[in-house]
Amino acid sequence: MIRLVPNHADRIRRTAEVTFHFDGTTLPGCEGETLIAALMRAGVLHLRNAPHDGAPRGGFCAMGLCQECMVRVDGQVVEACRVTVTPGLQVARL
Amino acid sequence: MTAADVDIAVLGAGPAGSTAALAAAQAGLRVALLDEQDAPGGQVWRAKSAAILSAPHTPESKAGAALRQAVADSSIMLHPATRVWQIARTGDGWQIDTLRDGATDSLTATRLIIASGAREVVQPLPGWTTPGVIGLAGATALFKQNLTVPGARTVVAGTGPLVFYVASEIRRLGGTVAAVVTPNTRRDWAGSLPAMLGKPALVARGALWVADLMLSGVPVLWGHQVTAVEGDTRVSRITAQSVTGASTHNFAADSLCLGNGLMPQVEAAQMLGVPLHHDAALGGWVPACSDDGVTPVAGLYLCGDGTGIRGADAAVHHGRLCGLRAAADAGCTSGHAMDIARRNWRRAARFGLAMTALSRPTPALAQLASDDTIICRCESLTRRDILAEIGSGATSTNAVKSGLRAGMGPCGGKYCQTSVARLIAAETGVTEGAVPPPTPRPPLRPVPVAAAAGQFDYDDLPIPKPAPL
Repeated sequence: MIRLVPNHADRIRRTAEVTFHFDGTTLPGCEGETLIAALMRAGVLHLRNAPHDGAPRGGFCAMGLCQECMVRVDGQVVEACRVTVTPGLQVARL
Repeated sequence: MTAADVDIAVLGAGPAGSTAALAAAQAGLRVALLDEQDAPGGQVWRAKSAAILSAPHTPESKAGAALRQAVADSSIMLHPATRVWQIARTGDGWQIDTLRDGATDSLTATRLIIASGAREVVQPLPGWTTPGVIGLAGATALFKQNLTVPGARTVVAGTGPLVFYVASEIRRLGGTVAAVVTPNTRRDWAGSLPAMLGKPALVARGALWVADLMLSGVPVLWGHQVTAVEGDTRVSRITAQSVTGASTHNFAADSLCLGNGLMPQVEAAQMLGVPLHHDAALGGWVPACSDDGVTPVAGLYLCGDGTGIRGADAAVHHGRLCGLRAAADAGCTSGHAMDIARRNWRRAARFGLAMTALSRPTPALAQLASDDTIICRCESLTRRDILAEIGSGATSTNAVKSGLRAGMGPCGGKYCQTSVARLIAAETGVTEGAVPPPTPRPPLRPVPVAAAAGQFDYDDLPIPKPAPL
């Protein structure tokens, strides 16, 4: 198949893989990357339940505005799009 | 003379703000540049995360790297990872309250340039709150910062050029595009060609994205819109229909990138007293300012997409123009540089405004939400809730907010107020510009109460005398 836009996936070099925890499961991530990206690559999109109707929600604006990707990290409620992955990070769904 | 920390504070280190800061610093002024991201670049030239050791360059990554180098080589005092949550007048200058690493601080400046940029407009449709649906602009943030795609199989939908950029980046980063769905027709694009010819390199790049999709067999549905998203904890199926309703297509997909153009972020300027007017060609409500970014509020300047959506190229020239103007007002004149910047800005704006016109939400998109579709994501308020409030007499976004809390959730109304205003306009038979803009309230960004309160001793709190019985 003809590709005018090349696939660069193999040419991206990332930092060594570390693990972090999301609601008890251990997930891989790269140290220094944004938490929402690590969760997305691990297939975790459901980050919280809306407080009023309990419906599943996940990251939406990915730039710190919409507050949809709020998770609990080490006891603090933060945006997953504004937190970086560190080894052993404890993340919980809200 | 004031004893301000700096001569000029610039809020927002995107193309406009960074270039304004560079122009003012080169004119010899003490300049502080504040941004909530870790590095300058804004959304369009967002820097890669520390986890990316190396990756192929793109036009955006190169432009961002050059900008970051220029800022680093300058005398600019950069305040990265700093959220501005409050701005106040102090004497004849400004006090800017910030939050960084959970700690508050403040900075004073004689003059203030706000380059707040844009945010995305997303027209609500059934299922748009399902995890896996992200904004087109949000997708670009993921690509640029983390070189990560939103899922294994993605539908890309919306207005304007961004759909093709996002689809192309998904393919470049190893993802699969299930389909591109855009309400724009090929005729809409052809109509924009005259305005686009001033930027042939950008036209060629866009043509390559579309050609790549077509050669690769990715369905590109012109004149179509996504009408429904299915999935519980994650997107599973996307339905698209032609704008006329004549044909329906279903796609299995685990993610959807969705967006309908950008709107200026005007809250900070609005809070400081700059009047707004509605101009759909500029993306909605825009603040009053001259071409040079001078506002009716003394010592306050605005530049870039926050004054109207004209795109990154125009933002660079507008930032330079505004930075030179603020420097000139501070006594540092710069000869013909302002005239050159103004001319370049007008030329670049022509292309940018044509893209803004293509990106505007089409009237049909406003019909997609059903009664059960959530309009206010924070408070889970549906179209039915909002319509009932309008029916009981709420004819402004502020009235809907008072009655229902639409706009009082954590996002501060950033993602619902445009939709609420459109519903009010449709229900009451007026134009969107006739529905007053929402009144912004501090803080500009969420701030923990403990950080906002700062350090204090309970014994120092004044206790009022009890009222006589």
